[in-house]
Amino acid sequence: MSFVKALRCKECGAEYPIEPRTICDNDFGPVEVAYDYDAMQGKVTRRSIEAGPRSLWRYRDLLPIEGEPRVGLNSGFTPLIRADNLARELGVQELYIKDDSANYPTFSYKDRVVSVALTKAMEFGFDTVGCASTGNLAHSVSAHAAAAGLRAFVMIPHDLEEGKIVGSLVFGPRMVKIKGNYDDVNRLCSQIADKYNWAIVNVNLRPFYTEGAKTHGFEIAEQLGWRLPRHTVVPVAGGTLLPKVYKAYRELITLGLVQDNHPAMYAAQAAGCNPVVAALEEGADLFKPQKPNTIAKSIAIGNPADGYYVIKDVRQSGGYGASADDNQIIDAIKLLARTEGIFTEPAGGTTLACAIKLIESGRIPRNESICLSITGNGMKTLEVMQGQFAQSPTINAKLAEFDRVVGQIAEMAPTPRSRRLAGAPDPIG
Amino acid sequence: MPGTVTVRIPTALRPQAGDQGSVAVAGASVKEALGSLTSQYPELGRRLFQSNGTDLNRFINVYVNDEDIRFLNNLDTPLNPGDELSIIPAIAGG
Repeated sequence: MSFVKALRCKECGAEYPIEPRTICDNDFGPVEVAYDYDAMQGKVTRRSIEAGPRSLWRYRDLLPIEGEPRVGLNSGFTPLIRADNLARELGVQELYIKDDSANYPTFSYKDRVVSVALTKAMEFGFDTVGCASTGNLAHSVSAHAAAAGLRAFVMIPHDLEEGKIVGSLVFGPRMVKIKGNYDDVNRLCSQIADKYNWAIVNVNLRPFYTEGAKTHGFEIAEQLGWRLPRHTVVPVAGGTLLPKVYKAYRELITLGLVQDNHPAMYAAQAAGCNPVVAALEEGADLFKPQKPNTIAKSIAIGNPADGYYVIKDVRQSGGYGASADDNQIIDAIKLLARTEGIFTEPAGGTTLACAIKLIESGRIPRNESICLSITGNGMKTLEVMQGQFAQSPTINAKLAEFDRVVGQIAEMAPTPRSRRLAGAPDPIG
Repeated sequence: MPGTVTVRIPTALRPQAGDQGSVAVAGASVKEALGSLTSQYPELGRRLFQSNGTDLNRFINVYVNDEDIRFLNNLDTPLNPGDELSIIPAIAGG
């Protein structure tokens, strides 16, 4: 059985039956899945969740499906890392990484939203699915559609990194490259969804798709031992993830599964595409769209449809935002890799670089719990790291030659402790 | 005398526009063109504009020949005869 009540307009509250639908007929506001939380009381418990599978489907009672999960049975339940090495570097007490770069099967948080959207697409009886994507979503739709036996159309900007293209094509979707940026692709896809009877996961299945993003937040809370981090830093592109992590936290509070510690949400954006952070800094309710110019292509969305809700939730939660330039993003990718052994894509570098700024400016106190959302994998965007490292020596297979280069190599790879941030207090713990 | 431009109507708004996918209207600016569209179809106007009647509903994006009017001159963006206006609901993604 399901606890889903209806689709409800986030603006005017108008309710609609569960159907493929993106927006409210009255005001074009986005519709969102509404649940019967009263009916969940006593039924959706820590124990009921812990008894579920080790995947995002352990939270199925809080997801909008009617039957059994059909897609992504091994997706989600990614590691939550206590990042003590990085914490020492940053001079903070309690730091966690929610590591969706290890998500299954396509190494980004998108495996969550696609698992829910494609299960729903099959419930609705669609045989063709699609998406507008900056790369990661196309990977996930292509892989999950292949496994589920669905036909997939993926639409991407024409200039994505090679890894982002091959990573989709290998699964056999029909790919169309669009001349333009993501916002152009997205606009075309809303017209495609209008014309073709396909399940475009982030268009006409958006209310179901976005619910999948809550599982990122549910897992953080459960893996922290059923408590919430006081501060959560989330990268912002289209604006799906941050409001849904916040919704997940509030649902767990509503159900009495965690204590309300007033979790604060922080938006991280690349300086070359920061409409939401600019609005937060200016105190504006509405963002101004931008033409993206950043190496963080997976989050280069200049016209984020859910940006309004990111701004609202960040303010309501008492959080803030920061943006990082391309060099800071690359430095942060290297820092995370050297300290915690996690190789993230530029979106993850953006999250860490912005977290550093929020810590250094005092927005995030050093003695409270902090969680960083790492949403994608660096192996997909190797191009951005080209030229970042000294040439490795090539030698003949002779010990004497190896002896000669050992000292040289040690100089090339400094230990992590050598790069303490200016102003950081002594390491704690 | 302003020239004629074409306004593309999304599926969600076609019931309020006589079930048409596009409507030809006169207007020398976006404001004028949408004004003549909504005087023809008042119910459409109530959905496109906020209750003050002058600001676009924030979930509506308007494009002139594929460019978002927020990169141009918003509602005051001038139009030439033959221009195409698209009304497109804001959609998330990533």
